[in-house]
Amino acid sequence: MDDRFQPSRRLFLQAGAAAGGGLMLGIGFGAQALTVIPDAPLGLYVIVPSSGRIRLVSKNPEIGQGIKTMMPMLIAEELDVTWDQVDIVQGEGAVKYEPQFAGGSMATPMNWLPMRQAGAAARLMLVTAAANRWGVKPEDCTVKAGVISNSGRTLSYTEVATEASRLPVPDPATLKLKDAKDFAIIGRTHKGYDSPRIVRGEPIFGIDARVNGMVHAVFVRPPAFGAKLVSADIEAARAMKGVKDVFVLKAADYGDDWMHGLKDGVAILASNTWYARQAREALKVEWDLSGAAGHTTELYATRAAELMNGAPVKVTTDQGKADEAFAAAKTKVTADYAAPFLPHVNMEPQNCTVHVQKDKVEIWAPTQLPGAGRDLVAKALGVAPESLVIHMERCGGGFGRRLENDYMVEAAVIAKKAGVPVKLTWTREDDIANDYFRSGANLRMEGGLDETGRITAFRQHAVTYSRGGEVAQGANVDARGFAAIVAPNVRMGESYIETPVTTGYLRAPASNLLAYVSEAFVDELAHAAGQDPVAFRLAQIEAHLAAHPVTEAGNPWNYNPERMRDVIRIVAERSGWGRKMPEGVGLGIGCYFSHQGHFAEVAQVKVADGFFHVQKVWVVGDIGSTIINPTHAINQVEGSVIDGIGEMSGEITFVDGAVQQSNFHDFPMIRMPQAPQIDVHFHITGFSPTGVGEPALPPVVPAVANAIFAACGKRVRSLPIRPGSLA
Amino acid sequence: MAYKLNINGKTREVDVDGDMPLLWVLRDELNLVGTKFGCGVAQCGACTIHLDGEATRACITPVSSVEGAKITTIEGISASKIGAKVQAAWLEVDVMQCGYCQAGQIMSATALLTQMPKPTDAQIDEAMEGNICRCATYARIRQAIKQAAGMATADTREV
Ligand code: FES
Ligand code: FES
Repeated sequence: MDDRFQPSRRLFLQAGAAAGGGLMLGIGFGAQALTVIPDAPLGLYVIVPSSGRIRLVSKNPEIGQGIKTMMPMLIAEELDVTWDQVDIVQGEGAVKYEPQFAGGSMATPMNWLPMRQAGAAARLMLVTAAANRWGVKPEDCTVKAGVISNSGRTLSYTEVATEASRLPVPDPATLKLKDAKDFAIIGRTHKGYDSPRIVRGEPIFGIDARVNGMVHAVFVRPPAFGAKLVSADIEAARAMKGVKDVFVLKAADYGDDWMHGLKDGVAILASNTWYARQAREALKVEWDLSGAAGHTTELYATRAAELMNGAPVKVTTDQGKADEAFAAAKTKVTADYAAPFLPHVNMEPQNCTVHVQKDKVEIWAPTQLPGAGRDLVAKALGVAPESLVIHMERCGGGFGRRLENDYMVEAAVIAKKAGVPVKLTWTREDDIANDYFRSGANLRMEGGLDETGRITAFRQHAVTYSRGGEVAQGANVDARGFAAIVAPNVRMGESYIETPVTTGYLRAPASNLLAYVSEAFVDELAHAAGQDPVAFRLAQIEAHLAAHPVTEAGNPWNYNPERMRDVIRIVAERSGWGRKMPEGVGLGIGCYFSHQGHFAEVAQVKVADGFFHVQKVWVVGDIGSTIINPTHAINQVEGSVIDGIGEMSGEITFVDGAVQQSNFHDFPMIRMPQAPQIDVHFHITGFSPTGVGEPALPPVVPAVANAIFAACGKRVRSLPIRPGSLA
Repeated sequence: MAYKLNINGKTREVDVDGDMPLLWVLRDELNLVGTKFGCGVAQCGACTIHLDGEATRACITPVSSVEGAKITTIEGISASKIGAKVQAAWLEVDVMQCGYCQAGQIMSATALLTQMPKPTDAQIDEAMEGNICRCATYARIRQAIKQAAGMATADTREV
């Protein structure tokens, strides 16, 4: 069997990595389903009080993806209540709710079944309680809007809640779920549950947390990756207005590995954030910078070029006879691509509020992965993980940055040492200097075509980064590029540059980089073959399908060439692909499968004065049978598209381990005038629904790069694109 | 130094350094945390408030400079008819993703519509360019502004 048709396992592992390393491994739907309805009152997810309103718990972190609205929709649907009957509560960060994270676009595929089962199980228990009271069978009762009826008599859910909570929990496997045609909540737009509070400016984000008696903290970290603290003169800072305390923290004292937790630094506590920041200017810290020396972007580029000319250190895929096929190819194309390091820059800077008490540690944090934070904090403080209470505050953006909980550890250690509740707030400069960056990479792409234009050979050498001798976190290069999938002879390998820089997962990790390189290269191949880029892709897919018919069409986790073919066809149609464009304007296509989503996108780009402006993007995505909450699904796609376009102008650079960018003046963000018009279309198929926080992002980058080529004849082989560079 | 501030129609007193930015006075001293910190250097717009009706970045506005001015924050914007309309449009269009930038967006949009009741797309671009939305809800912000203005919501920019 051709393994490339069965990538479900590989995808699963990759999704796990995306969620923060290993977390996903071994988690099956069975285990998840069993935790659906535990003990009293009715379960973790459905709370029916004997008087008052029904509450539904949303367990996952809300980072702007709309999960706090969407997950309870699944429960409410099967519970047979109306949306205005329920209140939604955010579950705390707790073992009982695990797996509990925002990452990998996994919430939909992981919860589509269990959350509906949670609602259905609660419904059955409530109905059974009413049926028992009436001495009838549960099957003979009906439910409408939380009211149970039988032969003209009625009982509300709240009236039977206590009896229901004493009933055994039904086996999820025996529950009958609704037919899609009967959905009253799923598939209909439900606006953001928290939005009314947000427009009123109510305290709802992590950074808004407030505890009686708390002081405000800043933490001064090493100025470069690889640097360590030698000594600090803190007296002047101590004497500054409003300052309550200043102390040095050493990573070594908190068992840290300089990756996920505490770094060396100086904590300053003051009566408000401003005073703490002012005092920072008065600090005199001596750093040992020797570990940071030489970690400079230009030197990395030189090293990458050297490595590129050698053989890959590690061969990751070797299929067929890539060298022979390449040598025999009628047309050969070789191209070198490069993409930079990128930051996350959530709009809400990292922050955390901690109150260390006698018997517990209370934490208020915006986090995408509370469980990892719990373990790190417990270890750093030397307390039992069970003594931690994590209040999951709304996150002002995630993008993968908050899969790390370094700021949570910092706040906890500072609060413990200070002996008072502490709110730690990073500056934007702290954030950019201490991110877990999307790793940069250099790639050499080589493709061979036969006389019909079919891709017969594909070779890829990626120079990426290692840290401590291992592939740096998130720096693995995705293996799902188009040519790698369709070519019969493939060899891919990697080489590494060692770095002390912390890297991690940025929205659509690995895919956000490889989609660009891979799909831009496919465009080069199409032109080398003298074919239209859409027709070229479709021909490759058809040829591939002819040799390897889809055997697991029912598996929503797999890359499925038929699904990809269809979204390409539809996006070509919707965008008017092939139409004549005005001078200086071009259309480009990109397609990519990631996070279980098949997406094809066409960008219309105008090139003028040496720079590009994206006028419009057409998106067609296949994420299965059901768009659970259309308003948020579309919002995610629009955001992904604009985010991807923004990434094309961004870069993080280093000089001796120090990040050269510091704030939005030198790391510019995409803004309103640059945001294009976007046409979003979901192609509905029979597959079970999958997530949409990420898969719309990767294809837009090459779509724009390819449109630039169509508009002005310039190949974009490296990012970022700088103003004036397309002249 | 003690300062008397007029915030959302109420007088509030604070005793802080005169160069302390209004943003931190609001957030840390007065617990009006609806105004957000995003960059601290007037680059993102998250901290936008109104000073006598003008959209202003609170992160670079020293508290000593605002005595006597009418300060409006997101917590008080519904008192303005246009502000209330903008809030309602934001909810109707369901603009929000994470929502962190949106207080600042609403403050900028309200100031825009107060000065230009029917802005063109170019005028919207110009007025809103200083407000970053990391989640990139720009299309919906544009739409909500037009909706609040009672205009057709289609994007009229060149395609
Ligand atoms: S915080 Fe004031 S403009 Fe960014
Ligand atoms: S909605 Fe998240 S930054 Fe604007």
